[in-house]
Parts: sequence; C-alpha cells; structure tokens
Amino acid sequence: MLTNDEYKELLKTARSIRHSVIDTTLKAGGAHVGGAMSMLDILVMLYFKYMNIDVNNPDNPDRDRFVLSKGHAAIGYIPLLAEKGFFDKKLLDSFNKFKSPFGMHPDANKIPGCDASTGSLGHGLPMAVGMALGARIQNKNFYTYCMTGDGELNEGSNWEAAMTAAHYKVDNLLLFIDRNRHMIDGPVEDVMGVEPLADKWKAFGWKVFEIDGHDMNQIADAIEKAHETKDKPVVVIAKTTKGKGVDFMEDETKWHYGAIDSFLGEQAHASIDKMYVEYGLTD
Amino acid sequence: MSKEVTGTTWNVYDANKLTQAEIYGKVLCDLGNKYPNLVGLTADLSKSTKIGLFEEKFPERFINTGIAEQNLFGIAAGMAKTGLLPVVSTMSAFASMRAAEQVRTDICYQNLNVKIIATHGGVSFASAGTTHHATEDIAIMRSFANMTVIVPADGIETANAVRAAMEYEGPVYIRIGRGFEPTYYDKEEYGFQIGKAVDVRDGTDITIIAMGITVLQAAEAADFLAINDGLSVRVINMHTIKPIDKDAIMKAVTETRRIVTVEEHNIIGGLGTAVADVIAESGKGCAFTKIGLKDEFAEIGYPEDLYSYYKLDADGIIEKVREIMGKDFEEDEDWDDEV
Ligand SMILES: Cc1ncc(C[n+]2csc(CCOP(=O)(O)OP(=O)(O)O)c2C)c(N)n1
Repeated sequence: MLTNDEYKELLKTARSIRHSVIDTTLKAGGAHVGGAMSMLDILVMLYFKYMNIDVNNPDNPDRDRFVLSKGHAAIGYIPLLAEKGFFDKKLLDSFNKFKSPFGMHPDANKIPGCDASTGSLGHGLPMAVGMALGARIQNKNFYTYCMTGDGELNEGSNWEAAMTAAHYKVDNLLLFIDRNRHMIDGPVEDVMGVEPLADKWKAFGWKVFEIDGHDMNQIADAIEKAHETKDKPVVVIAKTTKGKGVDFMEDETKWHYGAIDSFLGEQAHASIDKMYVEYGLTD
Repeated sequence: MSKEVTGTTWNVYDANKLTQAEIYGKVLCDLGNKYPNLVGLTADLSKSTKIGLFEEKFPERFINTGIAEQNLFGIAAGMAKTGLLPVVSTMSAFASMRAAEQVRTDICYQNLNVKIIATHGGVSFASAGTTHHATEDIAIMRSFANMTVIVPADGIETANAVRAAMEYEGPVYIRIGRGFEPTYYDKEEYGFQIGKAVDVRDGTDITIIAMGITVLQAAEAADFLAINDGLSVRVINMHTIKPIDKDAIMKAVTETRRIVTVEEHNIIGGLGTAVADVIAESGKGCAFTKIGLKDEFAEIGYPEDLYSYYKLDADGIIEKVREIMGKDFEEDEDWDDEV
C-alpha cells in the first residue's frame, strides 16, 4: 500500500504529465493521445516509485529497463521522461519537427532515458525478454518492464516471446498489457479479439494479475507481487480507459490518433483538472 | 482469375478532392464489381490505408487480420491458391519487412496472384520516424523473383497501376505515399502500361529518371532549368521499377549522355541501382548520379522538410543537375558502335 503522501505525490505527477501530453499534442500537430493516457498511470508508478534509474546517468548498465512496445504512445512516454528530469521540458516544443529527437515513436538513439526504439508493434516483448535474460546471464540485478497494447497482441511475435520467457523461467520481467479495448479499426474484440486473455497467458505459463490500470494502489500492489514471484514471468492485464482524463476522448476509438486545437486543448486541460479534484487533489 | 475487364473508360476521380489513397480505395470498389473473386485484406489499417472503402462496399469479401502482418500475407497466399484475387494493403514498412518472407516464399515463389498496395512508402510518414519509414522496400521487393514493382507518381497513376495490376497475372507490389501528395497527372489517359516508362519532358542535355512523388518535382526542375540555365532536360517517369524499361534508359544514355535518378529510397538497391545495372550491362558509359538517401536512416520532420533535406524536391534536383552538367567526362569517339 502507498502512504497517503506518496499517493498524492504520484497523482500530482500524473496530472502534470497529462497536462504536458495535451500541450505537446497541440504543438506537435497531432498524436496518439488515446493510448498515451490509458497507460500513463502505470508508467508514472514505474518511473516515479519503483524503477532504479538515475537521470544523471541514463546509460548506467545496472539500471532497470523499460520497453514501450506500443511505441505510438510516445506522446505519453516522452513528456514523462521530461517530467522525470532526463531532459528539459522545453525540448518538447520540437516534437515531430525537423531533426527533433522526438517523433511519433520513441527513438532510443536520440532520447536520454529511453531503452529501446519502438513503433513497429510486436517488437517490444522479445527485446524485453532479451534484456531480462541479459541480466540473468551477466548476474545483474536489474529488472525489466514492458508495456504492450491489447490490439498489439495480435502480433505472433508476442506469443513467441511469451513461450520463451516461460520456458526459461524469466522472473525478472514484468509485462503490462494496456487493456483499453480499442485499436485503430475499432474495438479489439470486434477487429481481432484476444479473449480469453488471462487464460491465454496462464496457458503459456505466466502468472497473471488483473487490475484497474488507473488505481495507483492496485498498480503498486501488482508490481510488488510480481517482484516476489519466482520461476515464472508475470503479466499484469491492466483494465484501462483509452483517453483517460479527457472526457471527449475517453473510450472513443477515433481518439487513437488525433489533433487538437487550442479550444479542445482548454477543454482537455479542464477535464483533467476535474478528474483529479474528484480524486481528492485540491492543490 | 476472371478476365472480363478490358480497360474500358475509367472514371477520372477529382484528384484535387481525393487523396492518393482514397483514389485507389474507390478504384478497388469499382473493380470489386468487375472481379467477383477480388477480396480485400488489411491488418488493422483499413482506415489508414483506405482499403476500408472496399470493406464498406463488400464487407463479406474483406478480412482484417488485426495487427498481424505475417499472418496477413500468409492468409492472402492461401486465398489466392483457392482462386481468389487478394488485394492486400498495409504500410510499406510492414509489407516489405515484417512480412518479407511470407511475400517472398508464400506469394512470389508460388507465383500467386496477390496484389500488394503498400502505403506510407519512403519517408512520407515523416515524423513517425524510422519504424515507419520505408526506404528499403523497393530494394527488397525487386530482389524477389516473379515480383513486379510499381511506384506511381500520384493518385491518378495509382488508379492506372491498380487497374493494370488486376489485368496482370502474378504478384505486384504497388508503393504509394501517405495519401496527401500533390498530383502530377490531370487525366488517366496517357498510356500507362506496366514496364513502360512515360515521357514527362523531352530533352537532349540530360535525363532525370524519377519515380513516385519525385516525378512532379523533376518536371518542375526541368522547367526551371530550361528558363534559367537554358538546359534541355528530359524527364522520365519510371513508374515500373521491375521489369524496368531498358529501352527508355538506353535512349537516354545515347541521346543525352547524362542521367540523374531520383528516388524516395536508399540509393542502394532502388531505382538508381536498377538504372545503373542497365547502363553497366550495355557497355556504354554516361555521367550518372543518384539522388536519394545515402545509405542512412532518415530524420524526423514534416514530409516537406525531409524531401528538401534529402534533395528530393525541385530545388535539390536542380542543384544535382547543375553539378553533373559541370562535370567533365571522356567523350567516346565510337559512341555509335554496336556493343
Ligand atoms: C507492425 C505494425 N503494424 C501496424 C502498425 C500501425 N498501428 C499503430 S498503433 C496501431 C493500433 C494499436 O492498438 P493497441 O495495441 O490496442 O494500442 P493502444 O490502443 O493501446 O494505443 C496500429 C495498427 C504498427 N505501428 N506496427
């Protein structure tokens, strides 16, 4: 369980990043906002409570790793790295622009704190399994985290990696599935269903937790249980809302990718603030 | 495959109101009536590629595999084996790289009648970055035996290419952009034929061989150079990269003695390489330069930024033409000799 102070601090961080996502989307001329907002609370928990990382030494070989397999959600990830202090927030103004380090998908060659270049779906989990095996073979203690989309699970490479991780009893790896139930062409269960999802992972030999992916206490709890799990890879199926916090985007397939103008931007900021007031944040 | 289509009059879509991708979507809808065995396939990109227009009209003849490109092309191969005419659309990067082996072994080796409409080619999905750039796809696809490779200049030519591909038996890869590219042609009747280059400008001093979006840029460059430099610049639209039009290339070699190729692609393995192969095998020499990405991954930016940075726009082409015009090369006295 999080302490009350911790809980409030994490909420404040998430709120600040949500605002930053909206500002950056506005300047970038469009972005994958929906899937950025749905995964964000989990990333905040990882980067602001659990991950062993040092913004002043982003390439430390012993650091924990994170692979954003659903790379299109870079619009959520890159502002978070700025908030964490890997680089100046002002740099976000260059998003999508010529020679910017920041485009629609995260580029590890260019972004301090980013562990893998992703954007082609179904690449992240194999790389994360490789990192986890890399730690084991070199007797290192770092932990690897990975985030995939739910539509992304259509890619067979995920299931090949799932088999490998279970076969090698990879227990220094935690996979999150952002179960926001939407992909591009429609709801996941309409386009290419993935249910029964928990049973699939169990059948592949993984330990499965199902949580509310916006409940900070449930996220923290799942991470701690994963850390305690031995001899098995762990997956957390996080039930989330695409576009979380922005009322007009929530649970709408069409907000997978979109542009906002200053009018919609204001509406988005107001909606985010309102949500956090409801969570009990008054300052 | 049904053969009743004979290339009758073709609706000219208002290219100013429709994007390149929408045009092919509409063309497919028309073809759907003519070819009852035509089926459409995509991998969660029916909206982004515009093959969704076909899906709306023929939902029972459409398969969306979800985000699974290897599966997508394997399924298309299986369908083709049962007599269907699959048209598969996804982004170029995923068609050419993620599913490369399915395209090569399942489709090309078995010489199946599958048409691939690969969108977001080159650096057209510019700010999406390297994962979504496809600057290797032409090299990959042209190395697959049995594959025909077409890069239309604009939406109008895409309509022509899609229609021609249906009338042609065997695998075809049609590479288009993101869909927002300006058009070059204003009508479809200019004699499009697979494997036959189209003359865009006649000229005697130098030839620019272009494909895709660079055709329009090359034409503009030629017009500029005619007025400002007094140059007579030939421009060829090499829409079919494979089989390549050797006659058009050799005519340019002998008549203009200078060639510049322009491609939205790595300069290794694409249009420039294909043209160079023809010249090298002919035994005749000429001044020759390739414009394209110089064996590098592209930057992030807006498409115009990248086209300008990699010299794929009119300004870049003008610069390269001036460079090559200034070059000395040994005149061959026996130029007209048979090789
Ligand atoms: C290999 C590959 N195929 C297709 C795409 C295009 N694409 C980008 S996002 C997306 C949908 C992703 O859906 P999901 O995994 O559910 O992500 P989320 O809803 O969390 O944003 C697709 C098909 C891609 N990036 N990579």
